[in-house]
Amino acid sequence: MTAENGLRTYSLRIWRQSGPEQPGKLVDYRITGIDPGLSFVEMLDLLNEDLVHKGQDPVAFDSDCREGICGTCGLSIDGMPHGPLPNVTTCTLRMREFPDGATITVEPFRARAFPIIKDLVIDRSALDRVIARAGYISINVGSAPEANDTPIGKDVAEAAMDSATCIGCGACVAACPNASAALFVGAKVRQMMLLPQGGPERARRALGMTELMDHEGFGNCSNHGECEAACPKAISIENIATLRREFVRALLGRI
Amino acid sequence: MKNGRLESHAPTGPLESQWDRHKGDLKLVSPANKRKFNVLVVGTGLAGASAAASLAELGYEVQSFCIQDTPRRAHSVAAQGGINAAKNYQNDGDSAHRLFYDTIKGGDFRAREANVYRLAQLSVQIIDQCVAQGVPFAREYGGLLANRSFGGAQVSRTFYARGQTGQQLLLGAYGSLMRQVDAGRVTLFPQREMLDLVVVDGRARGIVCRNLATGALERYAGDTVLLCTGGYSTVFFLSTNAVNSNASAIWRCHKRGALFANPCFTQIHPTCIPVLGEHQSKLTLMSESLRNDGRVWVPKERSDKRRPSDIPESERDYFLERIYPAFGNLVPRDVASRAAKAVCDEGRGVGTTRLAVYLDFADAIKRLGVDVVRERYGNLFQMYHEITGEDPYEVPMRIYPAPHYTMGGLWVDYNLMSTIPGLHVLGEANFSDHGANRLGASALMQGLCDGYFVIPYTLGHYLAGTTLGKVTTDHPAFREAESAVRTRVDRLLSIRGKRTIRDFHWRLGRLLWDRCGMARNAAGLRDAMEKIRVMREEFWEDVNVPGHGAEFNKNLEMAGRVADYFELGELMCLDALKREESCGCHLRDEHQTPEGDPKRDDARFAYVAAWEYTGEGSPPRLEEETLEFEHVHLATRSYK
Repeated sequence: MTAENGLRTYSLRIWRQSGPEQPGKLVDYRITGIDPGLSFVEMLDLLNEDLVHKGQDPVAFDSDCREGICGTCGLSIDGMPHGPLPNVTTCTLRMREFPDGATITVEPFRARAFPIIKDLVIDRSALDRVIARAGYISINVGSAPEANDTPIGKDVAEAAMDSATCIGCGACVAACPNASAALFVGAKVRQMMLLPQGGPERARRALGMTELMDHEGFGNCSNHGECEAACPKAISIENIATLRREFVRALLGRI
Repeated sequence: MKNGRLESHAPTGPLESQWDRHKGDLKLVSPANKRKFNVLVVGTGLAGASAAASLAELGYEVQSFCIQDTPRRAHSVAAQGGINAAKNYQNDGDSAHRLFYDTIKGGDFRAREANVYRLAQLSVQIIDQCVAQGVPFAREYGGLLANRSFGGAQVSRTFYARGQTGQQLLLGAYGSLMRQVDAGRVTLFPQREMLDLVVVDGRARGIVCRNLATGALERYAGDTVLLCTGGYSTVFFLSTNAVNSNASAIWRCHKRGALFANPCFTQIHPTCIPVLGEHQSKLTLMSESLRNDGRVWVPKERSDKRRPSDIPESERDYFLERIYPAFGNLVPRDVASRAAKAVCDEGRGVGTTRLAVYLDFADAIKRLGVDVVRERYGNLFQMYHEITGEDPYEVPMRIYPAPHYTMGGLWVDYNLMSTIPGLHVLGEANFSDHGANRLGASALMQGLCDGYFVIPYTLGHYLAGTTLGKVTTDHPAFREAESAVRTRVDRLLSIRGKRTIRDFHWRLGRLLWDRCGMARNAAGLRDAMEKIRVMREEFWEDVNVPGHGAEFNKNLEMAGRVADYFELGELMCLDALKREESCGCHLRDEHQTPEGDPKRDDARFAYVAAWEYTGEGSPPRLEEETLEFEHVHLATRSYK
């Protein structure tokens, strides 16, 4: 029952793991006095304040911009990356979405390619290595032509932007039963494929990023579609279709 | 131009050719020799990522450090509205000179002319570079780039990618950076927090970092250090910055001898979601671009409790349009923030706290249709809806000013070098281009300009003109710096007091907001300095930093940053106290026009205040760099 002042109480089950090689387990906590307007990470801030006051070890979690754009805060909430709502990140998820008295389970994003550093903090540097292989347009500073020399249709620019909104949080990987990074890679491949500037490196990009994705221990895509549902930026599974098409065409030497 | 010890190296002569002539005079490092130089770049936002990528492209050996788990998350990612460039695609009279003048005037005549002109001139190349990288800027149906308007300008020169321009520009720079990582010319060190600068024979030669994942202290030696670590608005606790944004890198460099310029020039952004309660951890900005179509108003009557839809047009005060008819809702940020504060101080604020004004899109939706409004601002409306639970398509947004950007920062010369030879400072971390107030969409411009187009030239000049002996991390200066960092970490962990770090930070932030925020006066500033000193002593006696040093320990990270905020906060107040005039964002109650506009005192204060650290317990020493205005007339700023 919600207290008269509107503040809420929750039971939390939080994954605790003291280091990368240590065993972890779910630990129960209770937290009271939560304003429904607070974000999920602000609720964790308050839990930590309480734990510090009690002389206990605060829960390690990471978050940075707290407005849903940097991609730092990846938590699995009740088994769902970034929680139950579509199109939000953990830091923009509000406690008003959780009824007073609810039990909430909080775990890190789980994937072979994302080792745990501590508690809820994971290492997602595999995604950087995939980008480093070919997730860009190779151009040196100083050699760019005048921007308006190459017109790009408004619809094309908008479609490229739809793919480019990826925040690199890894929710798609965490949601996928195979821990595939196909949506992450597909979004970058599609953004660059749509733009004329990305043309010269299409084949290298599709082949290189796919190869690195396998090498880093991400699984294969088998069309579950969980990634699209978990993506806080609503990136469409169409991007994976594009990745496949680009990959096959590159293999066949047709791009 | 030389002022005391401060040699700006700014060129003289006609503005238009200053940078070209300066470049012609700069020494070069030959292509074969570049790889022999090791450049340490701290920070991977727009300035850091663009600098690291550009220097690696030229052939330098680069090591790139960031506190995030990947360079792509640096806080530039959160910039929303756009990036200015004097392309004049709209045929509305823009030019490098007009962008220069708008920026100088927007900064209330407290920036260096030569720097600002160079920024305006190079702005056009930034757009070319970003488009070539695949940044999906907004476009017109014909396929050419679109523009929107921003505050402080009467031309449309802002390029944008929905409300995520910073993200897209950063991902462009990040892509270039990762390309160099793949090529083996950049080595990445994520999750590293720079905790000290190593100075050898008077030159910056290395850094000491804490590995945030393992807690280990690490030493890195190089031939030069580039500091691209952003601004310090988090000193206010509640700000639009990311929670890990901090001032420690620039502050520790300040304590090693880099002068800190204009620390009191901090920008309070007018359009943020109002404070909801004391457990809030940050404030969320709503892009200034919203003021293109949104109209700002409050009720004419005080304490009007009616719903906004129940207040008829005749009883609304569109105060920006009323007071500033020429610029209307698009006045610069400092002007808009002060006006909002003034109507709230009169008791006409809205919402439960009465510390908010409306930003209303009803007219825009009527005029343009809901689809056009959604296309322009959809993601911002969604963000507002998520945070407040209110739908801005149906009810006006409520907004209030919040700490956002810091124009102050480490002093640099025209070559972006600080007063420590070999320590270069780029982007928001330096003080250089925005004077006492930054115009919207100019931060992205400056960060990328410094990194892509200025430092590749000026760094070569430093390296070519300097004899640098070999320095390794065994050098005694590294041992001394690491030992100082270790002592400090151990001390923080050994206090085990009763109060949390957040408690101290929150109280300091609140004090600074009240006394050194949108309005300042001598008595308040003196009182704040006294209180900060007391608070700081309490911190070192009673703070509770849990955990250990040799592990991932967020509390330990925060504790070190908050300890620095006390010192920086005191310097901000001192700077604000010493500057007995009002200019840009710095409003002294004692120095206003009868209408409440800032009153500058050019005869006494047309200078950059650069502060030197003189040791613990010893008062900072002020160096003044006089600002000479040869190409613009020092006018009273008017947007009416």
